[in-house]
Amino acid sequence: MKDILTELETRRAEARLGGGQARIDAQHKRGKLTARERIELLLDEGSFEEFDMFVAHRCTDFGMEKQRPAGDGVVTGWGTINGRMVYVFSQDFTVFGGSLSETHAQKICKIMDMAMQNGAPVIGINDSGGARIQEGVASLAGYAEVFQRNIMASGVVPQISVIMGPCAGGAVYSPAMTDFIFMVRDTSYMFVTGPDVVKTVTNEVVTAEELGGASTHTKKSSVADGAFENDVEALAEVRRLVDFLPLNNREKPPVRPFFDEPDRVEASLDTLIPENANSPYDMKELIVKTADEGDFYEIQEDFAKNIITGFIRLEGQTVGVVANQPMVLAGCLDIDSSRKAARFVRFCDCFEIPILTFVDVPGFLPGTGQEYGGVIKHGAKLLFAYGEATVPKVTVITRKAYGGAYDVMASKHIRGDFNYAWPTAEIAVMGAKGATEIIHRADLGDAEKIAAHTRDYEDRFANPFVAAEKGFIDEVIMPHSTRRRVARAFASLRNKKLTNPWKKHDNIPL
Amino acid sequence: MFKKILIANRGEIACRVIKTARKMGIQTVAIYSDADRQALHVQMADEAIHIGPPPANQSYIVIDKVMEAIRASGAEAVHPGYGFLSENAKFAEALDAEGVAFVGPPVKAIEAMGDKITSKKIAQEAGVSTVPGYMGLIEDADEAVKISNEIGYPVMIKASAGGGGKGMRIAWNDEEAREGFQSSKNEAANSFGDDRIFIEKFVTQPRHIEIQVLCDSHGNGIYLGERECSIQRRNQKVVEEAPSPFLDEATRKAMGEQAVALAKAVGYASAGTVEFIVDGSRNFYFLEMNTRLQVEHPVTELITGIDLVEQMIRVAKGEALTITQDDIKLTGWAIENRLYAEDPYRGFLPSIGRLTRYNPPAEVAAGPLLEQGKWQGDAPSGVNAVRNDTGVYEGGEISMYYDPMIAKLCTWAPTRAEAIEAMRVALDSFEVEGIGHNLPFLSAVMDHPKFVSGDMTTAFIAEEYPEGFEGVTLPGDDLRRIAAACAAMHRVGEIRRTRVSGRMDNHERKVGTDWAVTLQGERFDVVVDADPKGATIRFADGPALRVEGDWTPGRSLAQMTVDGSPLVLKVGKVSGGFRIRSRGADLKVHVRTPRQAELADLMPEKVPADTSKLLLCPMPGLIVKVDVAVGDEVQEGQALCTVEAMKMENILRAEKKGIVSKVNAAAGDSLAVDDVIMEFE
Repeated sequence: MKDILTELETRRAEARLGGGQARIDAQHKRGKLTARERIELLLDEGSFEEFDMFVAHRCTDFGMEKQRPAGDGVVTGWGTINGRMVYVFSQDFTVFGGSLSETHAQKICKIMDMAMQNGAPVIGINDSGGARIQEGVASLAGYAEVFQRNIMASGVVPQISVIMGPCAGGAVYSPAMTDFIFMVRDTSYMFVTGPDVVKTVTNEVVTAEELGGASTHTKKSSVADGAFENDVEALAEVRRLVDFLPLNNREKPPVRPFFDEPDRVEASLDTLIPENANSPYDMKELIVKTADEGDFYEIQEDFAKNIITGFIRLEGQTVGVVANQPMVLAGCLDIDSSRKAARFVRFCDCFEIPILTFVDVPGFLPGTGQEYGGVIKHGAKLLFAYGEATVPKVTVITRKAYGGAYDVMASKHIRGDFNYAWPTAEIAVMGAKGATEIIHRADLGDAEKIAAHTRDYEDRFANPFVAAEKGFIDEVIMPHSTRRRVARAFASLRNKKLTNPWKKHDNIPL
Repeated sequence: MFKKILIANRGEIACRVIKTARKMGIQTVAIYSDADRQALHVQMADEAIHIGPPPANQSYIVIDKVMEAIRASGAEAVHPGYGFLSENAKFAEALDAEGVAFVGPPVKAIEAMGDKITSKKIAQEAGVSTVPGYMGLIEDADEAVKISNEIGYPVMIKASAGGGGKGMRIAWNDEEAREGFQSSKNEAANSFGDDRIFIEKFVTQPRHIEIQVLCDSHGNGIYLGERECSIQRRNQKVVEEAPSPFLDEATRKAMGEQAVALAKAVGYASAGTVEFIVDGSRNFYFLEMNTRLQVEHPVTELITGIDLVEQMIRVAKGEALTITQDDIKLTGWAIENRLYAEDPYRGFLPSIGRLTRYNPPAEVAAGPLLEQGKWQGDAPSGVNAVRNDTGVYEGGEISMYYDPMIAKLCTWAPTRAEAIEAMRVALDSFEVEGIGHNLPFLSAVMDHPKFVSGDMTTAFIAEEYPEGFEGVTLPGDDLRRIAAACAAMHRVGEIRRTRVSGRMDNHERKVGTDWAVTLQGERFDVVVDADPKGATIRFADGPALRVEGDWTPGRSLAQMTVDGSPLVLKVGKVSGGFRIRSRGADLKVHVRTPRQAELADLMPEKVPADTSKLLLCPMPGLIVKVDVAVGDEVQEGQALCTVEAMKMENILRAEKKGIVSKVNAAAGDSLAVDDVIMEFE
């Protein structure tokens, strides 16, 4: 009997070594942790329960049958993050370069199926050279099995991908369909075709880092939602994100004890809006001063900075924030910012996370670049996302809300629950000068008359009261009381029930 | 008493004057420019009058506009504060002409002291010690030696036409005087075509010490001790204290009496300051007299218990002083730190913008000022006083138009050491965000051994920070205290995280007691024994520390005690840890389990990108001109481009020889801090 027990320990020890000490050392040398070390950092200490530790591949071509390491290049299982259950897979680069075989894929599919059934997030740690070429189409089939599960799990349980090494070719499409992708600077990259192929086909010379590094994907492509300095930091921040997210789409977002007054007054917000209507200010100050404990988890911080997206808590409960950023492009909407915000709004709606919107938008960015790029359809994504969302929606207009962009930004008309405005709000079709030049076209030659008309227009429309008279604004609120008003609004919406008409699914303008 | 007084100033000093006027039952009138519509002094005053556009030369110092405001408000008196019109004789005359009282000295006193040469002459006549020197022409080396002996070594031999150090020699003996005279003369003849030479006393180890005087219009005059203001940066005072750690009673008395003699000689009637330069042997020499309320007057108030503004107003009303010299007792020690909106990490460049956070330490009343009933604050009584004279508030704007000083933080305690310690804690408790400011630098000075010992000269900053300020490296004991506090704080934060909803019952995360704290490149392994009152932090390699405090997650200020002594930390978030600011240091602190720490040790050290081949924009601004093009070879010191910021043109120069490989900005571009303007090969 004793021998049998020892046998298990021996086999486990072997499996835990993955590709062996030499490869582990090489992994460390690259500044990367091993698959198991990453799981240790991701999960609560001692909470990891492993599945399929002894699974080995079934390939017999190219002499593969001589090498059948236990686990087959991926560590899977479940554990807890601050006591809440999550499923996890972590690819092991020390075993066949983390390449994906039929059995490797089956291990991932198993935990994804369990996550769906038991209602818990899936966190995938990607560090893989790609398909296990020796297995040929079996490997490709494995990918597709994973893809199908990513698709089915979308909107059911949160899916988070952490790219901690290579992720190339078909492999990118699994993370691509998850809710969030995080990368590690200097040690991770993602692309469909690598630098060698790029050079052969297009003659373009580019490094892997330039083509698909963390910087590229957080700033240019928007494929990634955030980048971190190293594995340790990335995993700590993923834990922080999970604290904001519900476990599945049948649960309310999590609540945790908070150390902040829900009715905290921020007198300094009364001077946030500069005297000059064309001067920028930092919308993040409003977000941070509204949030519990000033804690803000920003998503896509480095992309389309004219809109801000991320999570805060109000009275301990998660709230998604979307806010125009006057510091960048005057906070206008454009292709990138619409796409970024639309995806965020839809994530929140999937998982019952209430949405807070801060509006200071002068309109859509004009130009051929935008029109040729299809700003009509991209802008419509955000409009669509807000309009279909059934979660509690609270909107505060701080300054400009002009034209179609006013409608888009969670206005009353697209089922905003609470639509507040600061006294500094200007809700109008366009800026006073532009409007005057159209209405009083006849006086265009007379600068003095135009100036007078402009002043008249400003007096009449550059305020929140015209909209408030019509009930489009529920209440004009003092900036300093924003936190209290918004927190109370969400508190009143805790039992909100709203359902959209039955449909197979909608047809959002993709 | 006056019914209404106008304060012809802005910022902290206007607020300061308003406080005393209000206490005396006098109505206050503020004036403001466009840039100050929302300023604190405007909010505090009973009424406020707009006087023009932001630049001071179109508003605050335009006599006509101020006079108009006085007429419109019906103010009977004007307090000018410091700067602006405070030493402007024409303004005082204009007030006289309209029968409005000037809260300051008579016109002729302002005029007499306003000119350097005249004031020195008057001082000499009044028996005030001035820098000894021989102004006449010196014929030959023998005469130079003779005069040098009369003055007493060391002496400075200077070319009349000299400047920039040329034709200047310091002589410590006859031989050097002889040589110095000859070489100065030759150099002067060659450089300036004018070989006239004069000799004056060379003041070694100079300290700036000034005497506060107070006179009325009935011929009474007293002195209120001295202030030491030797901590200066380019003639801008940064730290002041009263009394001076350097003066003895006899010197204080001699300086005080001479100062009063000078004031009386010019018919002075108000508060005024006589500035002296004092050498290493306590010889003191008259520099100049400031005929106004001095910025650093609070330290004198704190040790004497006398409200100088109140006295000024009473004297202006014609009242006689009720205090005599015998009433003046210097009690305890007061220190002032000036908070400037200047970024110490960027060569003290002025910083402007919105104060997203401004939370000064709570004022605490104590000391003579409290006992005399002259305390302006309303905080409860404590042992050590904290006073903050300020003109700004959270959400306010620091504009480019005025003095970058935004607050004067003072502490008072029975002894100098206690006052310094109180100042350290007060600085740590002072939260200022949104702009660059010199709080870390002030903290560094408060911990500097030379300052602590009181052994400083006016060269302190230039000598101790020759390369500018590069932050503070904390000693091991401080690191241990901070590590202990952070371990306790981290544990509180982690326990809260485990209380999130939706967790698996009976399988909750248990927060452990063993932690590794890393900061400033050091690691401390600790065990946290928590109890309801705090935590005892046991160090693997040293004695345990007891941490107590009421910090909760999210608080930006942690006010704790470590082993009974106060530790105040500014707490921010960085990825996976705390950003801690304390004692002038800015630290990233990570608290990890031993296993997390072990894995973190495997992470590569990432070196910040090499910026030595880049020209970065040092401040937000507009490119006015680019002087070089790609391919140009530039020499060290050569102008590369001009950036306009805050209406000032700043010429950026090459730090070393190089070839321009890329120019990323053109005239008219607006750049942010650290934007790359050009690159070098």
